[in-house]
Amino acid sequence: MARLTAENIQRARQLIALYPQSRSALIPILHIAQEQDGWLTPDGMAHIAELLDLDPAEVYGTASFYDMFFTHPVGRHLVSVCTNLACLLNGADELLEHAQARLGVAPGGTTADGEFTLEEVECIAFCGAAPCLAVNWRFFGNIGTDDFDRLVEDLAAGRLADDVPPHGTLNRVRRRVGLMAAGPAPALADGTASEPPS
Amino acid sequence: MITDAAPIVTARIGSPLSWTLKSALDRGAYEGLRKALTMDPAEITQEVLTANLLGRGGAGFEAGRKWGMLAKGDTKYLVINGDESEPCTFKDHMLMEEDPHQILEGVLICAYAIGASQAFIFVRGEFALGLERMTSALNEAYAFGAIGRNILGSGFSLDIVVHPGAGAYICGEETALLESLEGKRGYPRDKPPWFPAVKGLYSAPTIVNNVETMSNLPWIVTNGGAAFAALGLGRSTGTRLFSVSGHVKRPANYEIEMAKPTFRDLLFDPSLGGGIRNDNALKAFVPGGVSAPWFGPDQLDMALDQDAVGKAGSMLGSGSVVAMDDTTCMVRAAWRITRFFHRESCGQCTPCREGGGWLDKIMRRIELGQGRESDLELLLDVCDNIAPGLGWPPQKTTICVLGPSIPSSITSAIRMFRDEFLVHIKEGACPFGR
Repeated sequence: MARLTAENIQRARQLIALYPQSRSALIPILHIAQEQDGWLTPDGMAHIAELLDLDPAEVYGTASFYDMFFTHPVGRHLVSVCTNLACLLNGADELLEHAQARLGVAPGGTTADGEFTLEEVECIAFCGAAPCLAVNWRFFGNIGTDDFDRLVEDLAAGRLADDVPPHGTLNRVRRRVGLMAAGPAPALADGTASEPPS
Repeated sequence: MITDAAPIVTARIGSPLSWTLKSALDRGAYEGLRKALTMDPAEITQEVLTANLLGRGGAGFEAGRKWGMLAKGDTKYLVINGDESEPCTFKDHMLMEEDPHQILEGVLICAYAIGASQAFIFVRGEFALGLERMTSALNEAYAFGAIGRNILGSGFSLDIVVHPGAGAYICGEETALLESLEGKRGYPRDKPPWFPAVKGLYSAPTIVNNVETMSNLPWIVTNGGAAFAALGLGRSTGTRLFSVSGHVKRPANYEIEMAKPTFRDLLFDPSLGGGIRNDNALKAFVPGGVSAPWFGPDQLDMALDQDAVGKAGSMLGSGSVVAMDDTTCMVRAAWRITRFFHRESCGQCTPCREGGGWLDKIMRRIELGQGRESDLELLLDVCDNIAPGLGWPPQKTTICVLGPSIPSSITSAIRMFRDEFLVHIKEGACPFGR
């Protein structure tokens, strides 16, 4: 179970420097930890507590409040099926039933091969294309049962790897500069992609 | 079209690579900021007051008045609420993905007007592409000189941070959002006495404004508050983005002039919602997010006017309108909304935490055919304990308005479709076959 890597420690320190109070960086750093390990490990959270001078319980107590953070392992693909009103009116219950049958797991469950975790979620603000779902928070709309099967096959075969990074990777664009208003600009050297894939 | 008002916040959306700096600059981005930086900050606030720009997040409070309430102090913050989570609202999601530079420009104008020390844009965590586009635009705007030190040579300096949320409806409530931005659980703060304008982020005076509210500012500065106020009617000025979903033929976001068109226009006009699917009959609609009490077909001719909808006992709220046709089980629809609120309750206040759970259980058993004849009265009694009197706007028994919003769908469904509940209970099954 992993503490943050050297690179991620540096990313965490850069985030801390953006805020007047360091604890504000907690949630962004938790996202980095989840990107690193796919979920929030006890060691990872303890390490973040050290970086922010917090008690590990404060880190866990904050993380556990938020739906996007997992304190147990999940699949490489988190399939989040919306069943809120606009989707309900357009067949979301049937889609979720189909997803359970196709993946062989109930909401909250992970397939034996560790590829897919299924969850039922609240509105993801993609209602113009209901019923919809997200995979690792990349959105797919107007999903019928055939579309769902095709999507699962494409994901399992790695055909959507460019569009759907592994679970935990949220924002692939790194901020390039630190705070500049008060003084000369410290550039953040990182050499990572600065534009999102189209 | 219903009115000939040109779009304001969606003017650039649909142009190639609309989210990039080059595309935005080709279409006038940052011209409003250049003009603003030549103005006195107080003049900008005056233009926003003249525009009578109502906040586009849900509460509909005048943005200029809010800015005027900001307490004095050396350190003041501007926080942008991009945590769009009200079910069936998907407009800010689109604005962040499609025109992030317009948001940044609005943030810069607002920060200059109120004298903010630093600005934070809180983006709903689930919006991965929105976060990428906002961050990319932020990088471009820093490199262009529109953010940072001595912005566009004006002497004004500001830093902006794009901050990801992590999944919690309650963080759309502005004080819960501030708690979350401070790295804590999203628990709303008790207010009064301290509103964010007096004691906000890190206890400093803070303005919290919505993404769409910011997106209007470049246009208002460029064209003047009077030109904005000339659109719409009465207090409902300008254009507004409406998220139309459910059983319409053309679910999408539509930017239309406020107050002049009606709900009928929005749902049925061929250039807007396009009518009900399969030309079914409309049974009911949600006029402003699932927190809002429902309307029936007899209210279709009401104008999209914040005050008119308020007087009729509901709200325009977050601008999301959901159509339900005559194949819809209203018990199921109301139960789903109730389940949402129960799940999203932060747990601080008993009426919301416990009451939401009871309502969820009772609605569930009715829908699944195990309802009791006494359940309707029980539902209304529990609702009355959460929002005494069951009026609108609701009486508060809790720190924030999440709890008192829970009864909206249940009381609407019972008021409009009482027979449907009785059929569920008498037949021991859902008559719509689920």
